[in-house]
Amino acid sequence: MVMTPEVLTLSETPWLFTGVMLGKIIVAFVATLLIVAYATYAERKIIGRMQTRMGPNMTGPKGLLQPIADGLKLFFKEDIIPSQSHWFAFILAPMMILAPAFVSIAVVPFGGDLQFTYDGTLYAVPMQITDLNIGLLFIVAMAGLGVYGIVLAGLASNSKYALLGGIRSTAQMISYELAVGLSVVAIFMLSETLSLRGIVAVQQLPLWGSDSLSFLPNWYIFTQPLAFCLFVVGSMAEINRTPFDLPEAETELVSGFCTEYSAMKYALFFMAEYANMITVSAVTTTLFLGGWGGPFWGWINFLIKVFAFMFFFIWIRATFPRLRYDQLMYLGWKIMLPLALVNIVITGIAILLW
Amino acid sequence: MLETYLPILVVIGIAFAFALGSVVLSRLIGVKKPSEVKLAPYECGMPIIGSAQERFSIKFYIVAMLFILFDIEAVFLYPWAVMFKRLGIFGFVEMGVFVVILLVGFVYVWKKGALEWE
Repeated sequence: MVMTPEVLTLSETPWLFTGVMLGKIIVAFVATLLIVAYATYAERKIIGRMQTRMGPNMTGPKGLLQPIADGLKLFFKEDIIPSQSHWFAFILAPMMILAPAFVSIAVVPFGGDLQFTYDGTLYAVPMQITDLNIGLLFIVAMAGLGVYGIVLAGLASNSKYALLGGIRSTAQMISYELAVGLSVVAIFMLSETLSLRGIVAVQQLPLWGSDSLSFLPNWYIFTQPLAFCLFVVGSMAEINRTPFDLPEAETELVSGFCTEYSAMKYALFFMAEYANMITVSAVTTTLFLGGWGGPFWGWINFLIKVFAFMFFFIWIRATFPRLRYDQLMYLGWKIMLPLALVNIVITGIAILLW
Repeated sequence: MLETYLPILVVIGIAFAFALGSVVLSRLIGVKKPSEVKLAPYECGMPIIGSAQERFSIKFYIVAMLFILFDIEAVFLYPWAVMFKRLGIFGFVEMGVFVVILLVGFVYVWKKGALEWE
């Protein structure tokens, strides 16, 4: 006898629901923290190798304990709050940056359904913290919240370098948020849903719904190559990765908006940067690369794609020089924004003619 | 409703608790040897000139204003895009009119030179 699995609800099985929810959150949170820690290691190691250096190799075997040593070091450093700063905003800023970076992970599906039996009933649990029906809107909103942290950090430090870094960063992030926000519109026109789980489900159909191409999955990277490029470039700018790392251009602005920060508060900025990188990789994977679909178990496919993307970001950092500020604004407003609009129009015409 | 948003609240709580916890902990166990010079804003070791609470270039305000306009457009496009296949040709033309009106403004801003950055 085949049982149809039950879905956990808060009203019928409150304790089981809460337990499963907390379990999923803790697993996702710890996994993200671990990936953040080892993304810093991977970045240093890979860039080191690309520049024919060794990278960290003294702490532990092959330098594997380096992220832990770095974290501990920052814990024991002096926590400086500059005398001219607005202390409350100064302390709030790093938290305002870190929290949205972690919260975005909550709506990304990292696997199919997990089934288990409890008390004789079969339950199906989606491998996703929560499936919002406005999933992508939520992620865009969280990306917007991250800007507040940077503005606060720049203003509260009351230091010229921090202020310049903060303003630059804000202008950059909001400019590229437009291109990113508009590039995903074409995806919704095809998927007819904002839920990330729904978008993954659509991408598991055969390509363009035709049987002759059934060996290829319906990943949106094939249907929407332009949107994919705009999204990747735009999100790279939005998370301040090289070649768009003007907010912390060391040669001009010391360290940009985090110049005055030290100890764990600096570490939070650092972690937020890598957490954002994970979020962006995960969202790109979900939107364009079929999410957890693929030959292996769901979450393994997902992690492979996410890691591949993170490697790509690191590779870009080792390859490209930093843009000039006017080039950055030119690219964002005069190239990517019109292209995103054109892409929507082309998609619209294509859907209507099909 | 609560079922889908409760996990989000919990995640926000955990993320803030983690951030606050690590900041407080490092404040407690870190070294504390403040001095007047150390607590001054960093200006490459030079004596500080003036305050950082100054006015800054108008360019940034213009970018922020343009952002609000186009972001509203983007938000307006989201529900339309989800319903696109059901709205058909009517929806396409309607949104086309809206986007063209915005585009006229965009071209005006472009020609006025608000997007130039010297």
